[in-house]
Amino acid sequence: MKDFIIPDRDFGTPVSKSKRMITLSIDGFEVTVPEGTSIMRAAAEAGIQVPKLCATDSVEAFGSCRLCLVEIEGRNGTPASCTTPVAAGLKVHTQTTKVKQLRRGVMELYISDHPLDCLTCSANGDCELQDMAGAVGLRNVRYEAVDTHFRAKDTSGKSNPQYLARDDSNPYFSYDPQKCIVCSRCVRACEEVQGTFALTISGRGFDSRVSAGVAADDFLASDCVSCGACVAACPTATLQEKSVIEIGTPSHSVITTCAYCGVGCSFKAEMRGDELVKMTPYKQGKANRGHSCVKGRFAYGYASHKDRILNPMIRADIKDPWQEVTWPEAMEFASRRMADLIEKHGRHSVGVITSSRCTNEETYLVQKLTRAVFMNNNTDTCARVCHSPTGYGLGQTYGTSAGTQDFDSVEHTDVVMIIGANPTDGHPVFASRLKKRLRQGAKLIVVDPRRTDIVESPHVKAQHHLALTPGTNVAMVTALAHVIVTEGLFNEAFIRERCDWDEFQDYAEFVSEPQNSPEAASFLTGVDAAEVRAAARLYALGGNAAIYYGLGVTEHSQGSTAVIGIANLAMLTGNMGRPGVGVNPLRGQNNVQGACDMGSFPHELPGYRHVKNDDVRLIFEDLWGVKIDNEPGLRIPNMLDAAVEGTFKGLYCQGEDILQSDPDTKHVSAGLAAMECVIVHDLFLNETANYAHVFLPGSTFLEKNGTFTNAERRINRVRRVMSPRNGYEDWEVTQMLANAMGAEWIYTHPSEIMDEIAMTTPSFAGVNYALLETLGSVQWPCNDAAPQGTPLMHVDGFVRGKGRFINTEYVATDERTGPRFPLLLTTGRILSQYNVGAQTRRTENVVWHAEDVLEIHPHDAEVRGVKDGQFVRLASRSGDTALRAKISDRVNPGVVYTTFHHPDTQANVITTEYSDWATNCPEYKVTAVQVSPSNGPSEWQEEYSEQSRLSRRIQSAAE
Amino acid sequence: MSHDVTLTSHDPHTKLIYMANQIAKFMESKPHDEGVAGLSSHINDFWEPRMRKRLFEVLDAGGQGLRPLVIEAAASIRRPFPA
Repeated sequence: MKDFIIPDRDFGTPVSKSKRMITLSIDGFEVTVPEGTSIMRAAAEAGIQVPKLCATDSVEAFGSCRLCLVEIEGRNGTPASCTTPVAAGLKVHTQTTKVKQLRRGVMELYISDHPLDCLTCSANGDCELQDMAGAVGLRNVRYEAVDTHFRAKDTSGKSNPQYLARDDSNPYFSYDPQKCIVCSRCVRACEEVQGTFALTISGRGFDSRVSAGVAADDFLASDCVSCGACVAACPTATLQEKSVIEIGTPSHSVITTCAYCGVGCSFKAEMRGDELVKMTPYKQGKANRGHSCVKGRFAYGYASHKDRILNPMIRADIKDPWQEVTWPEAMEFASRRMADLIEKHGRHSVGVITSSRCTNEETYLVQKLTRAVFMNNNTDTCARVCHSPTGYGLGQTYGTSAGTQDFDSVEHTDVVMIIGANPTDGHPVFASRLKKRLRQGAKLIVVDPRRTDIVESPHVKAQHHLALTPGTNVAMVTALAHVIVTEGLFNEAFIRERCDWDEFQDYAEFVSEPQNSPEAASFLTGVDAAEVRAAARLYALGGNAAIYYGLGVTEHSQGSTAVIGIANLAMLTGNMGRPGVGVNPLRGQNNVQGACDMGSFPHELPGYRHVKNDDVRLIFEDLWGVKIDNEPGLRIPNMLDAAVEGTFKGLYCQGEDILQSDPDTKHVSAGLAAMECVIVHDLFLNETANYAHVFLPGSTFLEKNGTFTNAERRINRVRRVMSPRNGYEDWEVTQMLANAMGAEWIYTHPSEIMDEIAMTTPSFAGVNYALLETLGSVQWPCNDAAPQGTPLMHVDGFVRGKGRFINTEYVATDERTGPRFPLLLTTGRILSQYNVGAQTRRTENVVWHAEDVLEIHPHDAEVRGVKDGQFVRLASRSGDTALRAKISDRVNPGVVYTTFHHPDTQANVITTEYSDWATNCPEYKVTAVQVSPSNGPSEWQEEYSEQSRLSRRIQSAAE
Repeated sequence: MSHDVTLTSHDPHTKLIYMANQIAKFMESKPHDEGVAGLSSHINDFWEPRMRKRLFEVLDAGGQGLRPLVIEAAASIRRPFPA
């Protein structure tokens, strides 16, 4: 483990981005800072700490505490240094007789209404009020506390109406009003950093109190999203993590990367010994800039959950109970079974699934296992079911499979178009940064069947919400292009310089056809043509325009076509190659970008190079000393088909729950049941493990070293802060399995694996752990041409050379509504839960979302006699399940929506086998369904629950 | 119409015919020769030999259910070696 002493100082006010520099004198020292910097910050940069309480550098200056007063020569009075900007030639004095006296007076007043229980206070040792009392030399308090906020009863024994009891409703932090100094840092953090506006100061003067929501609300009932920004901003024990109350202050911290979504936030794991006290967002983290969401900040309790499996287990048949064994026994059993299958059915009868939750290094080893030890290309990853169309679409048009920008880019965006993404739930930290930009005046276009929170929330309102019918993205995107081309809004200079002009002309002709007009498309999309035209004009003419999209684009039978359409829009308008523009896929999982980069797909080696290319295979063949198959391998759905057919028999599945996350559950279970050796490597006995013969316990992100690559191609370090509870980091487990099959791998640290990646993969050539220590993180490509990495792609030209326009003909999905299944089901996520919920369901996050519910429009509910909160049967031609209904006008009539976080719901029993034409990415977002009242779980749910119970029996080794 | 097979069974041939037709529908919007080339290279690049073998079983039996573009592209789809 490595401890980092990184200065994480509070400079009091935010950094100024001005290029003009100003020089002034503070306490006789010359200081040069950007124009717009506060005197407080200038002093802090010179190493002079002006006492302060209401200022913190995550929010704008407020000037309420009057503690940071300074004197300026030639100016009257004692201005607050936080709200006073620097000016050339100022002579500032921060410590004069006058300000010392004033500060002491201010502190006296604060302390007169504050309990003096410092020794037993949970903020003891981490309290700014305590620090400031010390800093200003407060030695006595002359005021007698008569009316207070902290005494439950006044001196006569009557209860004190100003005393408010502690609010413990939030599972992760408490609000203790008696400790509050009403500095408003929490309120401002909620507004400025998170953008939720859940907190306010109610009352005035002595009655001023921090209040979540309206008077009747507690924190849990309010709009609070539990991001933790207020807790981080609070200078006292008023808003405090419950873990700190329970454990005490941390003693050291380690910088690491969150293992939830693709934003890839940097965190400080604050430790005492090997106990994790709290996770706090790291200010220098370039993806999150000091912000966090409820998952990364608080939902790490799954790492120590009782359900975690810590010993390897095996069983001869999936009907048997599990048997705990030693690691060598498990490896012997697994390797023999796999070797026997290869012997009997050939080397193509087995394969692997890599994990988008594991590190780059772990993923690299898993694909290497199949390519160099099993000797085939049967490797796939969960990106298959989320962003594989991004890989195909952006690869075809631009030449590389990745987002074009960094997250900072949004600060320069004038028009944001969000297509099929729900950032406030799925990518909350990015959403906060986006909302900040929207509050500054950027315009917003949302293309989504559902009225997501970003469409309308406090101080954010989309200019255009194109609430299209699920499955019609391509018609919509092509209609937008139609307007841009036919109204002459395209950027001809950009297209001539950067793109293939002939292809553009062919494309322009195609999109100009009348059937691609918004008027014609409205029959498919259900969206008013005038609205589409207005949105297209805004996107083309509104300044820097950026597209952010998610799985609502990719998870369709035309997912790849829609990605191509999006890429076309950015090329048409020249929105590429500079800050504030671009095409940005919002990646679902922490390392889905990395898993794709590392050669997890069956047709390509690391760095997106096809296995058919002799020169690429040669690089790996020389290093690995094997012959690599030159034919593409099986993708996940193809593996399952082959299993049902009887030609695919063995699978090593790391950190992925295909039974719950993949579509058409019954087909997945049939495929798994047909295999003779399923090795599941995971933290928990997940749903897939019901069909496994070997279970290898995994380690959490807190227990291993490695790297994750986020949605902006940023390679971030994951650092081990405690020993793996299962005994081994996941890459070590893969290495043991490989070696049990004769591989003779000798990696001793993940940095050696990264060195091998750099050696073989041009876009990673410059990446190594020493560089990551120096720079903190780096965005690929990182090589001789870009030794510090590449924040923006396609700056001087597209990676493939000329950008390529490709026609995007709309082809309706075959999944259609009809008399039996008249509604369209679409699926998504919620803030507090993460994907299949394996992690978040094992944390207190369940208080926000204990079960999946079906959102249904009041009209559709009424004609079916469905009432709010009632159990309904949700049926498609694939299967049926039951869940509770929630009546909501967020969905249009004809559309229903649910999340897929809970295994009891088994939402994927409903989804069909339709998939993207290019990549087989399943069509999760469109399923024709019927909804009817029901009185409880479906037969399938009951059968499944019984089968799960049986298959999870464990016989301990001692028995 | 014969080439509008819908995906209602897990029969391997049905499924592959469906998938090949899906690719064809995309490639049909390209200039004809580019579409033919695009279709064959897509299948060569992304279909594992077992899948191509099944596809050839359909093609060799006359290509029933396949869109014309698939049949046209068949000559340039790589026939997998017998296993």
